[in-house]
Amino acid sequence: MRPFDYQRAERLEHASQLTMPESGMSIAGGTNLIDLMKLQVETPETLVDISRLPMAQIEDTDEGGLRIGALATNTATAVHPRVKADYPVLSRAILAGATQQLRNKATTGGNLCQRTRCYYFTDTTQPCNKREPGSGCGAIDGIARLHAILGTSNQCIATYPGDMAVAMAALNATVEIAGEGDTSRSVSVRDFHRLPGDEPWRDNVLKDGEIITGVTLPKPIGGTQIYRKVRERSSYAFALVSIAAIVDMEDGRISRADLAFGGVAHKPWHDPRLSDHLVGSEPSAALFDKAADILLDTAQGYGENDFKIPLARRTLSAVLAQATGTEI
Amino acid sequence: MPITVNDTQYDLPDDPRVSLLDFLRHEIGLTGTKKGCDHGQCGACTVLVDGMRINSCLSLAVMHDGDTVQTIEGLGTETDPSPLQKAFLEHDGYQCGYCTPGQICSATAMLNEFANNWPSDASDDLEAAIDMSDEEIRERMSGNLCRCGAYVNIVAAIKAAAKEMAA
Repeated sequence: MRPFDYQRAERLEHASQLTMPESGMSIAGGTNLIDLMKLQVETPETLVDISRLPMAQIEDTDEGGLRIGALATNTATAVHPRVKADYPVLSRAILAGATQQLRNKATTGGNLCQRTRCYYFTDTTQPCNKREPGSGCGAIDGIARLHAILGTSNQCIATYPGDMAVAMAALNATVEIAGEGDTSRSVSVRDFHRLPGDEPWRDNVLKDGEIITGVTLPKPIGGTQIYRKVRERSSYAFALVSIAAIVDMEDGRISRADLAFGGVAHKPWHDPRLSDHLVGSEPSAALFDKAADILLDTAQGYGENDFKIPLARRTLSAVLAQATGTEI
Repeated sequence: MPITVNDTQYDLPDDPRVSLLDFLRHEIGLTGTKKGCDHGQCGACTVLVDGMRINSCLSLAVMHDGDTVQTIEGLGTETDPSPLQKAFLEHDGYQCGYCTPGQICSATAMLNEFANNWPSDASDDLEAAIDMSDEEIRERMSGNLCRCGAYVNIVAAIKAAAKEMAA
C-alpha cells in the first residue's frame, strides 16, 4: 500500500475541503477502498476518515418515507424494522450481497460508490480506461464474463457490481449530497451512476469535494417486492443478472411495474419503457417476452458474456411470473 | 484514545497503513487471528469489533480508537473453552485448523445475530422467527472458507454449541 496522510474529518465541511483535491479520498467502512489500496488501484495521498461523522441514523421522513444515513451500515439497513416491512426489496438486495462480515462494515454511501470488479480494473498490469485513462480496455476482446450488455461504450464494458443500489433504483430513491461550503443537492439513484461513454473513469456524478450524506426512500408503495439474483454460486458472489421488482395488480391487470437490473450495465439499469409496456395489461408469457424484447433491444454481448442476454430475458420472465402469479 | 483488545488497552500504530489484522498479529502478538487472502474473501481474519464480526484485513487499525475488539484469544482458553470452541473439538470442525479462529469468531457473532432474529438471504420471511436450519447456517457462514472442506462438521459443531447454550 502506498503511504498516505490520514486525516479524521471532524465536520462534514472539513471532509469536503479535504477531498476537494483529486488526491483526497474519503473512507467509511473501507471494505472496497482498502482492498483497492492494497492492489494500488487506488492511491490517495490524503485519506479522510468520515466514519465518525453523525450520519448513521435511519429515520422516518415527514413525507412518510425513510431516510438512511450515508454511514448506516448495510446490516443496519437490511435488518431495520421499517425496511423489512415497507421496503423488503431493499432488505433482500442487501442480504443477497457480500457476507455478514462485509455488510457489518459496508455503508450506504460507500456501497453506492463501490468500484467495478472488472478483472482488468483490479490488475494494474492490464490496460483499463477506468483505472488509467487512455490505456485501452482489456475486457472488450478479453475475459468478459461479468461484463455489461447494456449501455457500454467502446472504451469500457464494466458493470456496477452492487445489489443495494439496484433495489434503490426500483424504489426510486434519492441520493443526498453535500458539497463545498455547506451546499447540498439531491439526485435520483437512477441518475447517480453514469454510463461509461468516453469518460469511463467517472463512475457516478459526484464531484471532487462532494460527499453523500444519505439516501431517502419515498413513501412505501407496497406491491409484491422481489429481488432475484442469478450468480455462479449460491452465496457471496456478484450478480450475473439481478432484478429488483415492485409489481402490483388491480382487477387482473398489472397496475405497477417498477423494475431495475443489476449485473448488466455500468449502473443499476432502469428502463421506463418497461413500466409503460406492462402497466394496464393482463400478465402473460407473451407480455413478459415482449418486455424482454424492449429491455434488450440494444443489448450487445462481448463473447464471454453473450449468455447474459438470454439469461436476462428468462430472469425477467421468471420474476414477472412470480410477482403476478402467472404460469409460464 | 487507545483500542481495547480482549480487555487490555493498547496504543494504535503510527503508520496508518497497518490493518487491524496486522496490528493484532504483529504489533500486539495475538497471532490467533489468521491472514488468509488479505482481501476480505476468506474470513480467516474475522474478529469481533464492538460485538460485530468484521474482516480485520479490510480495516485500518487507526480507525479503531476507542473500539473494543475480541479475538479468538478472548473467547476462551485451553482449560476453559467457549461452547463453540468445545463443539469444534468434539465435532472435528476442522482439519488443518488455519481457518478455525475465524470460523469460531464468525459463528460466535452469528449466534447473536440469530438471537436478534436478523434475517439472511436464506430466510423465507424477513420478519418471522428464524429457524436455525443447516441452510441458514451455511448462508450465514459463507464468508468463512475452509479449504480442507470441513463444512459439514462446522455446521454440526455450530448446531451443537447453539443447543448447549440454549439449555
